[in-house]
Amino acid sequence: MAWSFVLFWILAVVSVVSSIMMVVTRNPVRSALFLVVTFLCVAVYYVTLAAQFIAAVQVIVYAGAIMVLFLFVIMLLNLGAPEALRERGTLQTRVALLLGFIFIAALIGSSLIALPTAPAPPGVYQPLGTVQGIGLNLFSPNQPWLFPFEITSILLLVAIVGAIIMAKRRV
Amino acid sequence: MVGHPVIVFPEFWHGIHLPSIVPYVALVGILAFVLGIVPGLIYIERVVIAFMQDRSGPNRVGPRGLLQTLADGVKLFFKEEILPRSVDRRIYYIAPVIAMIPALAGGAVLPLQFITFRAADGHLFQAPLTVGDVNIGLLYILALSSLQVYGVVLAGWSSNNKYSLLGGLRASAQLISYELSMGLALLCVIVLAGSLRLSDIVLAQNQLPFGIPGQPEFLRGSLFSWFWLQSFFVPFLLYTIAMVAETNRAPFDLPEAESELIAGFHTEYSSMKFAMFFMGEYASMLTVSGLNAAMFWGGPLPPLNIVPFTWVPGWIWFVSKVMIGIFIYIWLRATFPRLRYDALMALGWKRMLPLGLVWLFVMGGYNLARTPSNPPAPPPAVTAPTRVESTRR
Repeated sequence: MAWSFVLFWILAVVSVVSSIMMVVTRNPVRSALFLVVTFLCVAVYYVTLAAQFIAAVQVIVYAGAIMVLFLFVIMLLNLGAPEALRERGTLQTRVALLLGFIFIAALIGSSLIALPTAPAPPGVYQPLGTVQGIGLNLFSPNQPWLFPFEITSILLLVAIVGAIIMAKRRV
Repeated sequence: MVGHPVIVFPEFWHGIHLPSIVPYVALVGILAFVLGIVPGLIYIERVVIAFMQDRSGPNRVGPRGLLQTLADGVKLFFKEEILPRSVDRRIYYIAPVIAMIPALAGGAVLPLQFITFRAADGHLFQAPLTVGDVNIGLLYILALSSLQVYGVVLAGWSSNNKYSLLGGLRASAQLISYELSMGLALLCVIVLAGSLRLSDIVLAQNQLPFGIPGQPEFLRGSLFSWFWLQSFFVPFLLYTIAMVAETNRAPFDLPEAESELIAGFHTEYSSMKFAMFFMGEYASMLTVSGLNAAMFWGGPLPPLNIVPFTWVPGWIWFVSKVMIGIFIYIWLRATFPRLRYDALMALGWKRMLPLGLVWLFVMGGYNLARTPSNPPAPPPAVTAPTRVESTRR
């Protein structure tokens, strides 16, 4: 228990610092790299929560595929120079700052209100995070998740077809 | 029980629980092996390519040129470390590290051997010799191999050099394209094995060929029951092509094509930083060859289940299968010219990906057909989720 606590605090510091740096850094490539670090921290969080499959998928999909594409676009458009994306203090940044502070205040406030007063009862370990657990819960007939899953896949198919149509000159 | 165990360890030895030590033994063994074998691999590659091209190869330093790699290593170590003027310094320094670490870490889940222990009550049990026998072992290797591209991409970008940038861009596009085919080829095996745990995948190959009963016992877990044959060879072919492309080796070495991009992503790297890219490439070759051995070639299983083969420890079989994978790499490099870039993309997206998808359907149908119609009760692994919230209050 103590070791997981230590791990949690290391991860908490790294992930919060890297996500702040992601927003603050001027250089787009470094910004993307800080986002990768944040994703990796989240993946380790999933492992500590016994959700191994989601952790692996987090690394493969987000850190491995999507962020590589981000970097690809940044490099291809030659946005790598630090001055390429400089923004002055426009109305948009001010509003964004204000909303961000309101959001953080709401988050801290709500978590302060809902602090637990009694220790949680020791939960029964359920291997829900493994591939088997997710598969059985997602696809078994007595669960309602199969239909939303298929709908999501159709959504992805539509997105793929749309991308191809937009990329091709003559369909 | 794999093979006929010759050496049986006691479960407790002077009060030490020996099966708990196995991961540490594996950790030290894998790291020492990978880091120690790389000079040997470079020597083997030069000698084999020289043989295939009908020339002598290294023959000056030491007996039969054996010390050539050592001399090259010393030379690299003492070379001047050049830092070009307008590089992005931090990323420039961290890129070789990112290229090397995932390659080393990927070998952690490969089952090198099954070690036999005798419990206190006398029955034998086996534990796989891995650093972590995790239930997402295969996904772990795929995740690390997808992180490896960052080393190449960042090296290409931070060097502030047009050739390097082109190399990095090519690498990222190539790795994303071939990762899909690689995943599909591995998925065909997962359908047959029914697990993502690599030791389970190896044990699923420890059966009679195609699971047909009534065959002689020496065929159990033999050459003919491994997944290269059970998945009808196509996934193995797809995986082999994809693994060469994933490690940026010839004929898929476009990111470092020396005749057009000078050396691609590592043009600006010198001395030990270049050596780290080199080591990372060879370490990742070892890792993907190890995955090839575990998935398609039975991992630590002996080629025939009869006595002289089963006496040999499993890790020797594993290492020899990995070495066959390395030989395939060298063979391909000596045989094929480098692909043109559009041909590379066409091969990945228009040939291998559809073939992999079709073969996944074929494997699913085959798996459905060979499963008995009244299957045994599914393993009681997970019950339906109970509402935990109600008990929380």
